[in-house]
Amino acid sequence: MQVLTFLIPISLLLGGLGLAGFLYTVRSNQYDDPEGDSRRILNDEWDDYPKP
Amino acid sequence: MTAQLTPSLAACPGCLVVPRDAVDETPEAARLALSLPGIHCQACISTVEAGLNAVPGVISARVNLTLKRALIEADPDIHARDLIPVLTGLGFEAHELDPGVLAATQSDKAGRDLLMRLAVAGFASMNVMLLSVSVWAGASDATRDMFHWISAAIALPAIGFSAQPFFKHAWTALRVRRLNMDVPIVLALVLALVTSLWETSLSGEHAYFDAALTLTFFLLAGRYLDYRTRAVARSAAEELAALEVPRAILLRDGVESEVAVGTLSIGDLILVRPGGRMPVDGEVVSGQSELDRSLLTGETLPVFAGPGTVISAGEVNLTGPLTIRATAVGKDTSLHRMGDLVAIAESGRSRYTSLADNAAKLYAPGVHILSALSFVGWYLYTWDLRTALNIAAAVLIITCPCALGLAVPAVTTAASGRLFRRGMLIKDATALERLAQVDTVVFDKTGTLTAGTPQLTNLGDVPRADLELALALAEASAHPLSRSLAQAAREAGISPVEITDIREVPGFGTQARYRGARVRLGRPAWVGATPSAITTAWLDRGDGAPRGFHFTDSLRPGAAEAVQALLDAGKQVLLLSGDTGGAVEAVASRLGITDWVAEALPDDKVEKINSLTDQGHRVLMVGDGLNDTAALTAAHVSISPASALDAARVASDIVLLGQDLTPIAEACEVARRATKRIRENFQLATLYNVIAVPLAVAGLATPLIAALAMSTSSITVSLNALRLR
Repeated sequence: MQVLTFLIPISLLLGGLGLAGFLYTVRSNQYDDPEGDSRRILNDEWDDYPKP
Repeated sequence: MTAQLTPSLAACPGCLVVPRDAVDETPEAARLALSLPGIHCQACISTVEAGLNAVPGVISARVNLTLKRALIEADPDIHARDLIPVLTGLGFEAHELDPGVLAATQSDKAGRDLLMRLAVAGFASMNVMLLSVSVWAGASDATRDMFHWISAAIALPAIGFSAQPFFKHAWTALRVRRLNMDVPIVLALVLALVTSLWETSLSGEHAYFDAALTLTFFLLAGRYLDYRTRAVARSAAEELAALEVPRAILLRDGVESEVAVGTLSIGDLILVRPGGRMPVDGEVVSGQSELDRSLLTGETLPVFAGPGTVISAGEVNLTGPLTIRATAVGKDTSLHRMGDLVAIAESGRSRYTSLADNAAKLYAPGVHILSALSFVGWYLYTWDLRTALNIAAAVLIITCPCALGLAVPAVTTAASGRLFRRGMLIKDATALERLAQVDTVVFDKTGTLTAGTPQLTNLGDVPRADLELALALAEASAHPLSRSLAQAAREAGISPVEITDIREVPGFGTQARYRGARVRLGRPAWVGATPSAITTAWLDRGDGAPRGFHFTDSLRPGAAEAVQALLDAGKQVLLLSGDTGGAVEAVASRLGITDWVAEALPDDKVEKINSLTDQGHRVLMVGDGLNDTAALTAAHVSISPASALDAARVASDIVLLGQDLTPIAEACEVARRATKRIRENFQLATLYNVIAVPLAVAGLATPLIAALAMSTSSITVSLNALRLR
């Protein structure tokens, strides 16, 4: 049972990291254009060279 | 005072000399918004962005495909009218949007708020569920208590944050002594938390922290779906309002200046150029022209306007510049007053209660009574407050309307998303359910079934020599009839004759000299012809016997298909128009509509719809003009095209975004299926209650059963809704 004292905080921490990441994406307007973003990955403008 | 208290942004003392307002007014990059109804794919995004970025002065351009809109940051001297031709050249239809009107949707605060609460509820429920699974798997004694305490530590703050919308709604309902769906939800949440805490402190076996959290999560998901549907509709509605960037040319001491319509006042002299729309009600002071009143009255023939003619906002000036003196501006124009009247009529009309509301009305008291009864029953049976309270809480949790809260939003989201992709915008939450009941469809003619652009009908009957002369005269004018005549003649391979002294007489037609004689093309009175019922332009060849060119409105794309599909679906189709009999009959026979009424006044239209309603029919009205607004409000459900007047768009439940009318028939079908899905979802939710509630009342419901039943019902309901996509 000793292991639980590590595992529970760790699971909470990892979940919390995910939550924080999600909140960050919400705050930085990443859900404004889901339709367009899903198409933009097909854009070949930057394929061969990284974005300057 | 507050202005003085705000700390200055200037870093050096010398800069403080500059007044703050002046600093704020330094020219900053202009933000422009363009509506791009035609874009749909990745290639479109690249083309539009590359094309806009290539324009000198444009700092950045970004396309939002979800909203079909481009946002552009550019130097202040760049205007939308410079960019629209660029996009037209690339093959995209573009319209300027008023960024001021759009500003409200830029920051989507409410949606973001809901999404955050949803995320927190999801995070908390996942973690608590992990702990609960261990308990269900057999954790006991001290371990179980520890898990319960950790669950409590996660669940209490998480619910305190996530469930706030429910608390607020329930409180507002209770304050006015009413019950809504949120009251049983909040009661279940609170009771579940209290009894679980109590149980945990007594190291009991059953704690419902996970159930309370998943309940919050699923209900928030429903709320969010609901919100998204309405947000899309609202932002598109705002976009429609923003499409008309209202500007007018103000004449002051003979100097023209372009001003916003909002700044005009009564008595101002306003210049309206040919092609412009009247911004205010007023009276013509000077100039002669023709007016297109089709949006307001439904008549397709242009009306003559000269000094003294009273004009109302929304009419289109066709041939000559007019100077008008404003008699009513802004909210006082007849156009706006009509819109306001409709708004009042709408708020007064007996509101259609949706299926969900009806269900909730039965549901909330039923659940409370059931839970109270089981509490009393078990208390009398065992004389143990703890057991009785536990069972009452279990009943409330199990019956809690997870599936009910998801059933309607999931279906309407799927259905309106599908219709949105087809170019229809659902404005009203209950519009789909009402559309499903429609058995009679009433169309307006001008601007709805027809595009409002005339087409020459008797090209073959006119001698070639006359056509050559008419073409020469028509090409000198921008009047819609002339343009259509010229186009038709050119397509038939006619070339114009040589004429001299061409002159356009605003309000009458064009005049020239041909082989020494004076020739004219224009209004009947001007060329000495008798007016006819059909839209006609007259050609005077100088020999006293004018020849008529007859026109008919061209049908909107998809009009024939839509009418045919509606007739095939067994619906009754009517045509009600304010136009003259001949024009209406021509359109009706082309579309196969047998039932038509011409020269209908706005009141006649309302009366017809009311009498149909009295006969037990459910009427769908499709119309676009000011003369249709009252009828749109009177009908069971109404559709207007995006090109309609503001007042008509306000009055209608559904807006057609494109030119094509075909989606109307599909919308009826989708609506019918959506209503069927909603009913199915209710049946699914009821079925699961029928199984689970007896278990709860009998005291057999463990947290595991509650969690299983709740999740399966929510998931089946959502999956069922997805079948609509």
